[in-house]
Amino acid sequence: MSSLVIVDSECANLNSIYKAARMVSLEAVISDNPKTISSARAIIFPGVGSFAHAASLISKKKLRESLLETVARGRPFLGICLGMHLLFSGSEEADLSRVNDPTEGLGAIQGEVKRFPEGLPIPHVGWNRVDPVNAHPLFAGLQKGNYFYFTHSYYARPEHKENILSLTDYGFSFPSAVINGNLYGVQFHPEKSGSAGLRLLSNFGKIIADQQ
Amino acid sequence: MLAKRIIPCLDVRDGRVVKGTRFINLKDAGDPVEMAEFYNRQGADEIVFLDITASFEKRKAIVETVEKTANVVFIPLTVGGGIDSVEFMKVLLQSGADKVSLNTAVLNNPALIQAGAERFGSQCIIVAIDAKRIGQPSPAVDSKWEVYSHGGRTPTGRDVIEWAVEAEQLGAGEILLTSMDADGTLDGYDTDLLSSVADAVGIPVIASGGAGTLEHLYEALTSGRAHAVLAASILHYGTFSIAEIKEYLVKKGLPVRPVEN
Repeated sequence: MSSLVIVDSECANLNSIYKAARMVSLEAVISDNPKTISSARAIIFPGVGSFAHAASLISKKKLRESLLETVARGRPFLGICLGMHLLFSGSEEADLSRVNDPTEGLGAIQGEVKRFPEGLPIPHVGWNRVDPVNAHPLFAGLQKGNYFYFTHSYYARPEHKENILSLTDYGFSFPSAVINGNLYGVQFHPEKSGSAGLRLLSNFGKIIADQQ
Repeated sequence: MLAKRIIPCLDVRDGRVVKGTRFINLKDAGDPVEMAEFYNRQGADEIVFLDITASFEKRKAIVETVEKTANVVFIPLTVGGGIDSVEFMKVLLQSGADKVSLNTAVLNNPALIQAGAERFGSQCIIVAIDAKRIGQPSPAVDSKWEVYSHGGRTPTGRDVIEWAVEAEQLGAGEILLTSMDADGTLDGYDTDLLSSVADAVGIPVIASGGAGTLEHLYEALTSGRAHAVLAASILHYGTFSIAEIKEYLVKKGLPVRPVEN
């Protein structure tokens, strides 16, 4: 089994995630090789940009099966921002009528990705509080209401309450972290959230270590 | 609730911080990486580097600066100054910048906003606007401001509010709004300008120019309806620390991210 793999989704924040992971002694490789991803010990799945573009990229690079394989094997898997959205099957951001085409997400968590309602400044950008719904190792050592850095116009809404790991308030309460087994998704950017973000990445490292 | 952001702005030329800082005992107050680390420790919510390097040949200095900063500072990093192509945006973003701030180049070529937003997402694209008031403030007539380019040297004939709306439509994720009238005066932000733009667009406005007191920052964030304040002189000259600013804003009831220790 190889190492922690940061999936090369060609997004701009790839190196920032790599650097932040390295800061907390998480050595990772950046790769878009399906074999490397299939055999990864754990996955970080970053993403910024648009849902349709990212989903079609996964399809083009033939990463869909590899990613789903790591999920099925219960390998620790962390989707960040758009990477979190891609854990769901579709998004209002992409054309939902085109089911089963390359704009489909992984469908690893049931639910939908919706645009923030009108009336609030969009994107939701800046530091906001994250309240874990229950104590969880991913948030170990972090206070309730710790601030994390967000920048997004869409948010994920799991169909089942038990998939919600944390909530954040932006006019209304929306899920800022989701969970399904060893699969995690965070809407905020831990790599840009100062010491709180580094702590979360370090916690993810502990989750990986505990799998051994 | 979304926190109001305090953003130090560092002017960088040929890889060195230009406006000296009088107060900090840093080994090298001219080193942008060290300055960024210092403000990060102080509780800054983001860092802006404004590259004022004159010659094109020396532009790679800012890329190195960004790369080194991103190795040690894990808060959002914005780079502005002379960015005139999607290629250069890409280089900066891959080096560790999270956002680019576009000004003169997009006044000449507004399509560059769209190209950047489509390629990297709107969250990466800040449009910086240097605004100068037309005429004297008067209760009788609505205020108007003109956009200036080339670091505030060249009037463009464009209306600030119209340009802000156009920038948003083209895909800008935030507006960085500098009042040229207020800049450097320490007499307070032009809150009239700020609120006029904030009311016209749906994206966040970052206030810049004129901060001299804590009250000024509060006004920009309340009556000016800004989401964030950019600050240079009052931080660099040690008038206030970021902790003092945040403590004051909290007392006044505004949400801010606490300074971590």
